[in-house]
Amino acid sequence: MLVFIARRLFVSIWVFLAASVLVFILSTNVRDPLAEARQLPETARESAIRVITERMHLEDPVLVRYFRWLSDAVTGNLGVNRQGLDVNARLETAFSATLQLITGATVLAIIIGITIGVISALRQYSALDQTVTFIAFVCFSLPLFWVGTLLKQFLALDFNDWLADPVISPLFIGGIALITGLFCGGVVVGDRRSRITAFVSSTAAMAILLSVLSATEWFSDPSLGPIVVALTAIGGAIGFTTLVSGLEWKPPLQAALIAAAVGIVAYFALDPVLDDPQLLTIVLLLLVTVGICFAIGWFLGGDLYRRNAIPAAVLTGVFTGAVIFVDRMLSSFQSYSASVNNRPISTVGAETPNYEGTFWESGLDSFGHLALPTLALVLISLATYTRYTRASMLEVMNQDYVRTGRAKGLSERAVVTRHVLRNGLIPITTLIAYDIGTIVGGAVVTEQVFGWSAMGSMLFDGIREGDPMPIMAFYVVSGGAIVLFNMVADIAYAFLDPRIRLS
Amino acid sequence: MTRNAQPAGAETAPAAPGAANATAHGLTIVARSQGQLIRRRFFRHRGALFGMFLFLVVVVLSISSIGLGPIPGWWDKSPTETGTVTGGGPTLSVLPSFLGGGGVHLGEHPFGQDNIGRDYFALTMRGTQVSLMIAIVVGLVSTLVGTIIGAAAGYFRGWIESVLMRVTDVMIAIPTLLIAGLIGSIVADRGVVLFALFLGLCLWTQIARLVRGEVLSLREKEYVEAARSVGTSAGRIIFKHILPNAMGIIIVSATLAIASAVLTESALSFLDLGVQPPDTSLGRQINDYRTALTVRPWLFYWPGVFIIAIALSVNFIGDGLRDAFDPRQTRVRD
Repeated sequence: MLVFIARRLFVSIWVFLAASVLVFILSTNVRDPLAEARQLPETARESAIRVITERMHLEDPVLVRYFRWLSDAVTGNLGVNRQGLDVNARLETAFSATLQLITGATVLAIIIGITIGVISALRQYSALDQTVTFIAFVCFSLPLFWVGTLLKQFLALDFNDWLADPVISPLFIGGIALITGLFCGGVVVGDRRSRITAFVSSTAAMAILLSVLSATEWFSDPSLGPIVVALTAIGGAIGFTTLVSGLEWKPPLQAALIAAAVGIVAYFALDPVLDDPQLLTIVLLLLVTVGICFAIGWFLGGDLYRRNAIPAAVLTGVFTGAVIFVDRMLSSFQSYSASVNNRPISTVGAETPNYEGTFWESGLDSFGHLALPTLALVLISLATYTRYTRASMLEVMNQDYVRTGRAKGLSERAVVTRHVLRNGLIPITTLIAYDIGTIVGGAVVTEQVFGWSAMGSMLFDGIREGDPMPIMAFYVVSGGAIVLFNMVADIAYAFLDPRIRLS
Repeated sequence: MTRNAQPAGAETAPAAPGAANATAHGLTIVARSQGQLIRRRFFRHRGALFGMFLFLVVVVLSISSIGLGPIPGWWDKSPTETGTVTGGGPTLSVLPSFLGGGGVHLGEHPFGQDNIGRDYFALTMRGTQVSLMIAIVVGLVSTLVGTIIGAAAGYFRGWIESVLMRVTDVMIAIPTLLIAGLIGSIVADRGVVLFALFLGLCLWTQIARLVRGEVLSLREKEYVEAARSVGTSAGRIIFKHILPNAMGIIIVSATLAIASAVLTESALSFLDLGVQPPDTSLGRQINDYRTALTVRPWLFYWPGVFIIAIALSVNFIGDGLRDAFDPRQTRVRD
């Protein structure tokens, strides 16, 4: 294995370097970097051309310039751009903005995409599956920049206007309730009757929920409150236990419920801490939560159920934490909204300039800026994950060992989670790794549409000015990510699938 | 010959010439060639049929309306001629008058006019033609290059494979938009065809990998062994024995490459790195009229609608082809 990793690393480095030569040569040919200087009045022209020529070493052959760049780059210095500004500093801000944009979008797309893909595979050829397939096809045929501009123009503006008087129209309530009902009816297993029951009850529940929210003007001052938090936590405990081990054994369920209870206690106990925390506090709390829940699962699971109780408790604990986090965030919504003239969903840039507020308010500020680009990115990559998960699940579901599992009387849940999901997700893992590599370079269109000053604008400035330095900085990060994650994908695949021979 | 059992009701299904029809136990057995099976599966795929239909509509509409090159079309306005702006809104109406609409008619400017009075229907059709042309050229070039590289790597193995696959890895290491953007801004002002050719030269990596994988398994087959044992040349084995059997995967990837080429081209043109004026394409139009969204929204809608129509229809065709070529696909949809 170590030999395999070492060889893979060696090849990756050569690939990365070879590609960098290609990018450098291309980027020295995109535009004439002296074009603007040549337009200057006679008196300033000479010196301007001389300064740029000297700064960019234009009189040297391309390969000499490349090796100069390379020898600087290995020491971590990416050079100066045409204006003489440090590229490292630009890259740092640009990369952190891009990272902010893609992290949330990727995580969301993976979670939602895999879930929908699994459901759609389990209900193959049902109306739900056909609808999901159709929507997925529409999603990957969407031009990102077009959708992004439309979202910006309509969703953001209309949503902000609507928040001023948050009454949901009956037509909209009906529509959302109907979609929820159809989805639940499609997911439920069983005869026509249980499907219809599921459809009617979920439609009614959604309609009532939305009507209440609309009547109480919940959206202008949203919050969950202790009761909803408690109910969600308990619901989460039962849900995760069902997924992890099924409800027939007591210890995992007990562990999950206790984890939920601890979470509810923490909701009240941590009130002063959560008023205006630091990011570090939140991270620490997350670690503590995982630790406590792990312990709960360990002790309550006993020798027999430890493998089920620990994940059930940890998942419940983290979920409860997330609900509390969302609750806090929502309760700051009103004060945040008031401080940005009631336009919480923003269409330009990564943050409101010079905005200062509590942790929650600045959190909402970045959320408001992230919402639309994230939505646009998720829409597109969701489709890929859904399709791949579905295909890979179907492939596994036709295997003999799955039939054996059913034949020996395993519950459907055990067959799906233990045999189908685990094997079906192996190819998805590698797909995700490849995808994360390309997403850094793929987010440039979204950044441009939403006016983020990030990796994309650095690249386009470089191309516009015929300046290789920012282009190379872009390549180092985005190309480096691709090479690195391709390597990770190959290694992960070799780890996860013992059939791969390491030769 | 593959034999396919059909229920008794399928007697009217087209039988292959010379096929032996035998009735036993109420079953009609119809022999069909591999090609017929694939065609049959394709035409039973509802999505694929929808895709075919939509694609043909877009192609026929864009070519017949404003004509191609010197050949005039049925639409009397040209994409370049400016006119007086009459409000500029779209005059297309599809809601019949008895439903409260303005009746079904095209009107003077079905898609409206732009800010200097050009007919936007003609402009959009021009953009559609260019985008389609670029997508098809990119699809052909990338499939050709990818197939040759993948087949050579997979068949010859050894150092040829190492070199070719490292070259592929190098191309993969560069983000698509980076290399396409660089090449686009170098060649774009020398015309659309050159731009399409070069774009195709950047986008072949996926096909090369797929074809190589397929060839790796096909080269171990007995018929390839047999061909090799009678001294058939490598070129002949690849082109006569291996590639025809890899055709399914090649055709499917070519189709999907066309769909993604439409989106890549329009994204590049949107970022001003692709098609340059005086040429136009759907992405270029979206970029040109991006700021007009509040005053003349139709200038922004129509090109987007056509991009989606092309990409969606080609994706559906690709899905249908994939199902049709997949030998494990046993479910016949009626």
